[in-house]
Amino acid sequence: MQHSTPIPTATPNGFFGHLATNVGRILISLIVPIVTFVVLWQGFLFLRDSNAPKLVIALVAIVWGVGGVALLYGVANWVVERMSEHWRSHLQPFIFVGPAVAILIWYLALPTLRTFWFSLLDRESVNFVGLQNYVAVLTDRGMQEAFRNNLLWMVVGASLSVVLGLVIAVLADRSNFDRIAKSLIFLPMAISMVGAGVIWNFIYEVRDVADPQIGLLNAIVVGLGGQPQAWTSLIQPWNNLFLIVIVVWLQTGFAMVLFSAAIKGIPAEILEAARVDGAKELQVFFSIMIPSIMSTIITVTTTVVIFTLKIFDVVIVMTGGQFGTEVIATQFYRQYFSNRNFGFGSAIAVILLVAVIPVMIYNLRRFREQEAF
Amino acid sequence: MSTTMAGSNKNKRLSSILINGVLALICLIWTIPTIGLLVSSFRTRDDIQTSGWWTILPHREWVHTEEFKPDPSLDRDGVMEISGVTGTFQEFRDGIQTPDGKRIIWIGNKRNGTIYVEEREWTMRTDLTLENYQNVLTGKQYQITQADGSVRTEQGDNFTGAFLNSVAVTIPATVIPILIAAFAAYGFAWMRFPGRRLLFTLVVALLVVPLQISLVPILRDYVRLDLNGTFLGVWLAHTGFGLPLATYLLYNYISGLPRDILESAFIDGASHFTIFTRLILPLSVPALASFAIFQFLWVWNDYLVALIFIGSKPDVQVLTMRLAEIVGSRGADWHLLTAGAFISMILPLIVFFSLQRFFVRGLMAGSVKG
Repeated sequence: MQHSTPIPTATPNGFFGHLATNVGRILISLIVPIVTFVVLWQGFLFLRDSNAPKLVIALVAIVWGVGGVALLYGVANWVVERMSEHWRSHLQPFIFVGPAVAILIWYLALPTLRTFWFSLLDRESVNFVGLQNYVAVLTDRGMQEAFRNNLLWMVVGASLSVVLGLVIAVLADRSNFDRIAKSLIFLPMAISMVGAGVIWNFIYEVRDVADPQIGLLNAIVVGLGGQPQAWTSLIQPWNNLFLIVIVVWLQTGFAMVLFSAAIKGIPAEILEAARVDGAKELQVFFSIMIPSIMSTIITVTTTVVIFTLKIFDVVIVMTGGQFGTEVIATQFYRQYFSNRNFGFGSAIAVILLVAVIPVMIYNLRRFREQEAF
Repeated sequence: MSTTMAGSNKNKRLSSILINGVLALICLIWTIPTIGLLVSSFRTRDDIQTSGWWTILPHREWVHTEEFKPDPSLDRDGVMEISGVTGTFQEFRDGIQTPDGKRIIWIGNKRNGTIYVEEREWTMRTDLTLENYQNVLTGKQYQITQADGSVRTEQGDNFTGAFLNSVAVTIPATVIPILIAAFAAYGFAWMRFPGRRLLFTLVVALLVVPLQISLVPILRDYVRLDLNGTFLGVWLAHTGFGLPLATYLLYNYISGLPRDILESAFIDGASHFTIFTRLILPLSVPALASFAIFQFLWVWNDYLVALIFIGSKPDVQVLTMRLAEIVGSRGADWHLLTAGAFISMILPLIVFFSLQRFFVRGLMAGSVKG
């Protein structure tokens, strides 16, 4: 695909020869992209309509998707490099940056504006209703429950993940098996939230008192002489906490890894000096470690808070949003895709966006401070 | 002096035991849920439904030792004596313990029941099987004996198709954004063009935008373009949602590469495209790999994007959708769920363990800097 040197052409004989080579060049420059598009289009049609065995389709899809993108870049670049130096230097940056920018605009920047616009229209996206959807969202009882639960998710979920992650990082740092320990704590991060839902069903499942319990938690409770509980459904609003535990289980590994790296970055002399001065381990932890890794703590907390703000899968799989466990993202899904109330659903999405705007501003400010750019 | 030294050594050993002990306990708690699923996936349908997965470990349980018909002459509405213990029918129904540690229990109804004698013994339920995996992988049929004794045949579930769909969605949805982001990162780092700063500000601003904001407009576009339920549609969606982070991470890495390597390549007359493909991509492998793992796990484990953009086409369903559907529609078929969930976890776990080092590095690049 690399054509670093222009394709050698015959010395032009006079005006017509010159014209002929140029026309030929332009034709080739047009034909190659057209052929590429036709080939890719055929691949798309095959994937959409074919009844070939699943394995064949999967293989074709991978080759077509990955190869297609590489081919498009190659061809676009080939065309640009056949142009004059002037055009090439102006166009080539956009071959490199253009596709990314176009996709970002199509998939994120424009949809933000469009969703905002939809949120000002009625449920069929026909009539302009102003801020009516926002008033409805903020006063709706289901939404208020969702806001309350999301707050619970963000506060309890984030603090548990951060505190546990920090404690485990400190313990692992001083233990004899830190690599194995970290791998085990980190492992759930590779599991989908749907899979985690299935896993935790075997912890939370409840059976009648007379039958043997097949959920571990109830087996323990009954073994200690208690009554089996329907952890995720009946004991409202505490059932939310049992769902949050699942995400803490998934997310703590993330926090732990980052904290562990940050703790390793604290100069050993500082810790040693404090210990020689007679500081207790707890003092070292609170007055030296915590302040030194404060920026990591803030980053991790922000990441986990944003993650829990958008929490969806766990709730949908475990309770379907019933039993008072609705959150903002499940409400969004229900309003938009089940109730088909487009205005209301869009307003919820905009509220989610508004909630992350402080983080966005913080990121932009940090970026502006970077002098290198 | 020496006594205080000994004392502090003893303290050290004590705190070391404490630290290792607490950590081991936490690790155990963290691992138990996954072990429970793994064990359950090898248990038979009936075992899963009637006993906890931990019963494969040695435990004490009432084991049935003998049975006989109660003497017809017993007064079933009053107090009866059976095998040396006395009680009413209701008490026998609940089970009465004999002084020598046995349990007498009345099974069945008052007129026509059976007496079971049970003893508490150490047992293990080690009746393990691969059948759940066969059921979900090949759609093999399985039989259920219902309460009334009749046998019902149920179709298993075909996870193989969903697995292949997941592969066909995930691999391109991982490679495409990386390729596009790498080109863009190179462009931002090593090319000068108007609007460069503005466009990169856009990338940074979009880093935290929740994808919910995009679902509705993009779905409308897809319906119009007939992209709904196609691989291309899902790839592009994942590309769009993963691109800000990918571009940002790769930009940080590529802009940090030593400048003189590139300058000497330019002097040798190499074009941007050659430098990018021959020099930058190979040099960026660590950064590419760490983002690749991220994106792979994210796409493979994704449920929401698949639900919205594939939802209407059952034959393109990915694993998470299939799994969530069984949770919903076949709440009782836990044996299919266990095996299905484990199959969905195998590939990410392999990727995760074999590339863990890259993954950790990527996490740090993405979070400590961002």
